[in-house]
Amino acid sequence: MSVLVYTESEEGKIKKIALEAVSYAKGIADQMGTSVTAVSINANDTSELGKYGASKVLEVSNDKLGKFNAEAYADVIAQAAKNEDTKVIIVTSSANSKFLAPALAVNLEAGYVPNVFELPESTSPFKVKSNVFTNKAFALTEIKTDRKIIGLGKNSYGLKENETSSASEPFNPNLDAHDFDMEIVSVDKATDKVTIADAEIVVSGGRGLKGPENWGMIEDLAKTLGAATACSKPVSDMGWRPHGEHVGQTGKPVASNLYIAIGISGAIQHLAGINASKVKVVINNDPEAPFFKAADYGIVGDAFEIVPKLTEKLKEFKAQNA
Amino acid sequence: MKILVCISHVPDTTSKINFTDGNTKFDTNGVQFVINPNDEFGLTRAMWFKEKQGATVHVVNVGGPETEPTLRKALAIGADEAIRINTPATDGFSVAKQLADVAKEGGYDLVIGGRESIDYNGGMVPGMLAKLIGANFINTCIGLEIEDDKATAIREIDGGKETLKTSLPLVIGCQKGLVQESDLRIPNMRGIMQARTKPLNVKEPVASNAETNTISFEKPAPKGAVKLVDTVDELIDLLHNEAKVI
Repeated sequence: MSVLVYTESEEGKIKKIALEAVSYAKGIADQMGTSVTAVSINANDTSELGKYGASKVLEVSNDKLGKFNAEAYADVIAQAAKNEDTKVIIVTSSANSKFLAPALAVNLEAGYVPNVFELPESTSPFKVKSNVFTNKAFALTEIKTDRKIIGLGKNSYGLKENETSSASEPFNPNLDAHDFDMEIVSVDKATDKVTIADAEIVVSGGRGLKGPENWGMIEDLAKTLGAATACSKPVSDMGWRPHGEHVGQTGKPVASNLYIAIGISGAIQHLAGINASKVKVVINNDPEAPFFKAADYGIVGDAFEIVPKLTEKLKEFKAQNA
Repeated sequence: MKILVCISHVPDTTSKINFTDGNTKFDTNGVQFVINPNDEFGLTRAMWFKEKQGATVHVVNVGGPETEPTLRKALAIGADEAIRINTPATDGFSVAKQLADVAKEGGYDLVIGGRESIDYNGGMVPGMLAKLIGANFINTCIGLEIEDDKATAIREIDGGKETLKTSLPLVIGCQKGLVQESDLRIPNMRGIMQARTKPLNVKEPVASNAETNTISFEKPAPKGAVKLVDTVDELIDLLHNEAKVI
């Protein structure tokens, strides 16, 4: 009857969003008077999960699951849920979790609510709030099925330590051939860059930067802050930057702690995509740019002067506060 | 090859979001509805398969008669036939169930849906539909080639992309990148005229139960005014001491 949380890992290392999901699962388990069970797939070290509230860790170790495979991973989580007789399952909002959750929901006949950002209003009946209309509104939804799946929005609940005595045990799911109808031919991933999905800080550039040749200063600022780089829609449409960097309604959603918009006017579709970020800074030479209405802090001025200065001062700041 | 493109009828991206009836319903007053942008990328790719590989393209929507102009637009863009399943779209699962019935009955080789609709952002319909009909599924699809019954697809992952090989029948949840923004088609007069006489079949729903029920909506609290600063030193100070994000 415990709350089950799928703790994602990458190259054997548990991801930070997984720890956030465990923190959240512990919150629900406390509401329901039960405990948290985590299921991990090919993670090398799950000892950290107890620190955030997992009492039990089901460790799956299987070479066939070496690469992410939505069908097979969903199958593993479903079997864990059935074995543990779990009613509430927590997944994250990573691309992989969003890929596997619908199959998991059908398999478990569970109602699924993604983009959840806080603990349920009540657990009986089960009512929970989520982001809808691309962060322009919240919906309160009742999940009516016996089993429920919650997709936790990124950076919405935070890490909450909750030292719990934790025990891990091996879990050996049955995998069938249909789980492997898809062959991964290649993975193309920049390993030296912070991804928008994982970044705590995102530095984003718009049309105001005048051309792709001016992105050096955006990259310098991002590097100084340990941030990911992003861009507005026109910039990716014009091919100045790759599509993977486009943030906004039809691009990637951003839910970072800090979002710095440089030379971005702030079209409604752009703002929708970045609204979930906690603190927004805008640097733009047009004081009438709509972004100033959405931002927390702003500087009106020429990005070509301000950005290099900001980078330089941040370097000094980092050196002093290191 | 038979392709089914699932079309969600959504408020235009610039719409003001308001609610009525004690915050239980989306206020459609003055709102322009469009083909969900993610679905439109998929429809455009389907047109490519039609023109280059002779595919037949059907479009489908779950909703009341008010969604028909959106389906007509898809026909004007070039789809051959439209199906409207005559029931309000409630939750993701019940929509997936209705679509699964059409997908199965029509024997489609490829079913295309958007990664998510821009209204409810559920992102669950294509994946559920695939599971319900036992087809392969690729989400956040940004590239797709089909030869005989084999598909090669590119999927966007966090921080990169992945190339996959699989077989038909296949369901994809697609997004920008499957085609470029500049590939999108504005219906021309000939297309619009033809769309008027193309079949738009209304189908009654199969039995299905919603698993979730939206009780109410609310809008985020209005944001405070922006703090304008003159120097980067002030900005760094505020980000460090006030916002505590650096």
